[in-house]
Amino acid sequence: MTVHKHVGPHVGRAIPHEAAEAHVTGAAMYTDDLVGRYAGALHAWPVMAPHAHAKVDGIDSRKALEAKGVVAVLTADDVPGENDTGAARRDEPLFPEVVVYHGQAVCWVLAENEEQAKVGAAAVTVSYTKLDPIVGIEAAIAAESFHTDPLVIQRGAPADVIAAAPHSLEGELAVGGQEHFYLETQASLAYIDEDGATFVHSSTQHPSETQEICARVLGIEKNAVTCQSLRMGGAFGGKEVQANPWAAVAVLGAHATGRPVRVRLDRQRDFQLTGKRHPFLGRYRVGFDDDGSIVGIDVELFSDGGWSLDLSEPVMFRAMFHIDNAYHLPHARVVGRVVKTNTTSHTAFRGFGGPQGMVVSEEILDRIARHLALSPKEVRERNFYQEGQQAHYGQPIKDAGRIERIWRSLEASSEWDARRREVESFNASRSDKKRGLAITPVKFGISFTTAFFNQAGALVIIYADGSVQVNHGGTEMGQGLHTKMLQVAADGLGLPLDAVRLMPTRTDKVPNASATAASAGTDLNGAAVKDACDQLRERLEEVAGRIFSREPGDMVFAEGRVYPFDLPDDAVPFVDVTRRAYLERTSLMAAGYYKTPHIAYDAEAGRGKPFHYYSYGAAVSEVEVDGFTGMFSVRRVDILHDVGDSLSPLVDRGQIEGAFAQGLGWLTSEELVWDEDGVLRTFGASTYKLPTLGECPDDFRVSLLPQAAEDGVIHGSKAVGEPPFMLAMSMREALRDAVAAFGDAPKRVELACPSTPEAIFWAIEAVRGGSN
Amino acid sequence: MTDVVTVNGEPLSLDGVDPNETLLWFLRRHGLTGAKEGCAEGECGACAVALLRVHDGGARYEAVNSCLVLAAAMAGQELVTVEGIATGETLHPVQDAMVQEGGSQCGYCTPGFIVSLFAEYYRPGRDGYDPEAIGGNLCRCTGYRPIRDVARAMEPVPEVGEGDRFAARLVQGAAPLESVSPGSVGEGERRFYRPETLAELYDVLGREPDAKVINGGTDVVVEVNQRDARFDVLVSLEGVAELCRWDDADDALTIGAGVSLSRVEERVHGMLPLLEELLPLFSSRLIRNRATFGGNLANASPIGDGAPALLALGAEVVLGSAKGERTEALDGFFTGYRQTVLAPGEVIVAVRIPKPFPQLGRFYKVAKREMDDISTVAAAFAIDVDDDGQVTSARLAYGGVAATPIRAHDAERSLVGAPFTASAVADACAVLKKTLNPISDHRGSEKYRRAMVEQLLRKFHAETQMGGVLP
Repeated sequence: MTVHKHVGPHVGRAIPHEAAEAHVTGAAMYTDDLVGRYAGALHAWPVMAPHAHAKVDGIDSRKALEAKGVVAVLTADDVPGENDTGAARRDEPLFPEVVVYHGQAVCWVLAENEEQAKVGAAAVTVSYTKLDPIVGIEAAIAAESFHTDPLVIQRGAPADVIAAAPHSLEGELAVGGQEHFYLETQASLAYIDEDGATFVHSSTQHPSETQEICARVLGIEKNAVTCQSLRMGGAFGGKEVQANPWAAVAVLGAHATGRPVRVRLDRQRDFQLTGKRHPFLGRYRVGFDDDGSIVGIDVELFSDGGWSLDLSEPVMFRAMFHIDNAYHLPHARVVGRVVKTNTTSHTAFRGFGGPQGMVVSEEILDRIARHLALSPKEVRERNFYQEGQQAHYGQPIKDAGRIERIWRSLEASSEWDARRREVESFNASRSDKKRGLAITPVKFGISFTTAFFNQAGALVIIYADGSVQVNHGGTEMGQGLHTKMLQVAADGLGLPLDAVRLMPTRTDKVPNASATAASAGTDLNGAAVKDACDQLRERLEEVAGRIFSREPGDMVFAEGRVYPFDLPDDAVPFVDVTRRAYLERTSLMAAGYYKTPHIAYDAEAGRGKPFHYYSYGAAVSEVEVDGFTGMFSVRRVDILHDVGDSLSPLVDRGQIEGAFAQGLGWLTSEELVWDEDGVLRTFGASTYKLPTLGECPDDFRVSLLPQAAEDGVIHGSKAVGEPPFMLAMSMREALRDAVAAFGDAPKRVELACPSTPEAIFWAIEAVRGGSN
Repeated sequence: MTDVVTVNGEPLSLDGVDPNETLLWFLRRHGLTGAKEGCAEGECGACAVALLRVHDGGARYEAVNSCLVLAAAMAGQELVTVEGIATGETLHPVQDAMVQEGGSQCGYCTPGFIVSLFAEYYRPGRDGYDPEAIGGNLCRCTGYRPIRDVARAMEPVPEVGEGDRFAARLVQGAAPLESVSPGSVGEGERRFYRPETLAELYDVLGREPDAKVINGGTDVVVEVNQRDARFDVLVSLEGVAELCRWDDADDALTIGAGVSLSRVEERVHGMLPLLEELLPLFSSRLIRNRATFGGNLANASPIGDGAPALLALGAEVVLGSAKGERTEALDGFFTGYRQTVLAPGEVIVAVRIPKPFPQLGRFYKVAKREMDDISTVAAAFAIDVDDDGQVTSARLAYGGVAATPIRAHDAERSLVGAPFTASAVADACAVLKKTLNPISDHRGSEKYRRAMVEQLLRKFHAETQMGGVLP
């Protein structure tokens, strides 16, 4: 089948975010902006444990209840249903008997305002028996503290081929976690509605699951709970399951008091209470030929799951699936295991384990190159997947040729050869500063690896006046999903954009929706919206055909006008058709549905086709490193990325640039520090450092791969949310290249992850042989 | 009337405001929810609002973090929030550009960026793109490229008479701050004062011995937000005109303790390279629009960046109280962790930087990121040499390596009287190694800090050699 570039007037056009005007005027509302609309709303504040591991012996709320403005202290006694918010496993008591991470909320105080709730929380006395915490992956391995059994993917006989290979290396890499730092912290607002049902506003990526957890703690059916996610001020995976507990507290409070209840974590509490990107530890052995071609690899991955399982298992699977990045591993064994520790429960974060797996693979590629004194770029190229090859879990690498195509194109557009020479001449002339230049590829599998999540619904409504509402199960967190859905719906019905209203995501419009995650929001919901629009269009074509006494197939719907294809001047407005449809008793609502075809993975066998397709990209980064301090600056970044036929180029470019910046932060300035007692020492913006304008590339050249239509995906597009995050690996390798230049062609450059100035400084010292 | 704040042209009453309440939550309580709390410590800028400030016969807008401003301190002041920037349905040019460029994704940081861009749009003397204009705003979605493009493509500052209502407002000027005392603002046990003169200030401090003195609030309000500090009595220095003096005399430059660092930055331009290097690295413009040297020194943080720079310049502090004024060397002002020689009822009135300024001075900051960060180690070095190339004076000052900002006197002595050579630096480093004892924390290890103490001096030496500044 040939895929044609979609030529609708809206799909494929670079348009601003649908809420951009509301963003810039301050009119865009977020969950916590709604509080003033609910008279008598109570404010919740947690009583937080001062230990990372302790038994709760008693809670004395008497003084708190006497404090001014305090209305209630919520404890396990206030839970009519189940005292557990665990999504993957029932392992998350909302009101714990044993505290399992520092800061865990033991109970919640409700008061007339936030100040009074804080004072009340400080007046609650909790007695504890302290227990020993487990902090860090190594300590958990030593203590045999695990959430999962080992997960295994194996192809061939890696141990044998590594033993027989001309060269082999082994090593390990600790990979740091990452705080989501969505600008909008976790927020919920719940009330009992005029019909006695429970309504909860939640800043959640997964309203259906938030609804389910709220129903669970209340001990009621889901049809008595509605969850709405109006929009989120960023999420990045951090609100995929971890929005649920706060919504649960809000609905419990509303049920206990009969009043609206607001739960909002401030930044400090958001850091202390919510999980982060998983820290990983990778241990590897690799065998390779004289030219750097990998013959076999044996990798053990451990991730720090924190106190509960959460999404740690699929995160580990994705890390294991992506241990190949873009490289063919003829023989491979990958073992993954999630450790259990006394920290926050680590969770989904853009890339979902993929980045941690891929950063280990790039570490290995660089080691091979330096060991053989070859160029890292050539060694990478030599190991690229070729058309017809399969991943280590057995899935054919569709469009593997795009890796090479993107690579060569970027090599030319980034002026690689000339800049390589410039960098080398700069480095030869300076001892105090060195520059580094690196190129790395990205291949990323698209689909939820949990197959049943790969479905979506939509509800499109046309009123008799011709105005349209689009509901779908996806949530808007800034990624531009609603913008793309508007484009799909407008073209689907032949309307201008402003004739279509995109509705807030609610569980009473589209039930059982999957989380908006795995980069799949547009693929899934777009197909569902299109399905609904196609059904409506078909009905309206018949109605319009009767107006013009023509065949339905002759009718054109374009920008709010309807006409037979050969009589554009006779066009009638869309409303004439919808009004007639109503009078003729034609249904003007349609439920759309989509499920991703042909995906299945057998976890026991470690084989299958977990992904619908792969996204590809590559990036070239250039940095300059100061040899005195290890501080650095980014000089230029070039990216070529495959988004298929872009549905919305302004949105897609924004996703690529933003993902790169977020990846750059993860790999450089964003460092999470827990002390030996399990206390997070970096719990605010002053201690945990996101990239600012100054850290992001000033010279930032981003292009979308042309002629890249993806068969079988909405309008030939591809997912874009996560894959470009891993383009930032080029930054890490550029830093390593600069560090290497301080030494004399070192056979190995060890660089900690994240590569903070301190880490870079010690790496420089190591290659300088500890001079100074 | 001083018990109202003018927001987007409309008065909002400050009656009943707790003196500890921030402007951000005051605005949000009044339905102005455009400003967001992203961090509550002045790092993210999502809460930015534009304050109208007196400027050169007229007024100017300055973007500040409303999470670090006390609502009570806004009595009689005027500000613009994100809701007040569009005119009816018509977007302001900075808003329109942000829409068209894709400058917003989730939109949560956007109100803060809009306010920062708005203030920059009207900044007197703006001449081209200045990254500092948006360097104090964090965005987690965009990677900043489209926002930077908006800042880069900004039209020139509008002239009055071009129909721009904000330009027209600015020429009307801003009212001077009037005295605020309990009764006009606040209620109950907690009291807020904003005296107009030093005499009035000393009088208040005499009557309120437990008062917390606050100026820009960029540190005190962090205590309120992050560590739940609540003060019963707050005395703002913001209205005391005598604290804003600027005296560039033959023997010294005297900077009033209440001059905002942004003003210092503008005025030392071309005059004092060491401070010119310091100020862009000192937090962000959103902070510098409120922060002062007086506050930075009085809070005596071991990691404050102002102190090392001023120590290297040999600065003195002028301290004032009801008993009169005294001048003390800054070296000696810090007596321990967050402790100073300030007596009860005494405030810093001014910082005095003696002249001639050092021949060569540089400020260095090691941190996880270049912009808007807290130092792991900060260093400021100033040396003078005679015609023979002998060092006649050396001041080496550090932050982040001890309980207070410090001078490395022993190492300084080892440099004086000899040429500034690599071997002299090596000797000084040997002394530094013995005399400075930093600690490990989340910003950096003890080992790294030790290394940086020496490395920054080596960097200073290398850069002086390269620039051909010294023989």
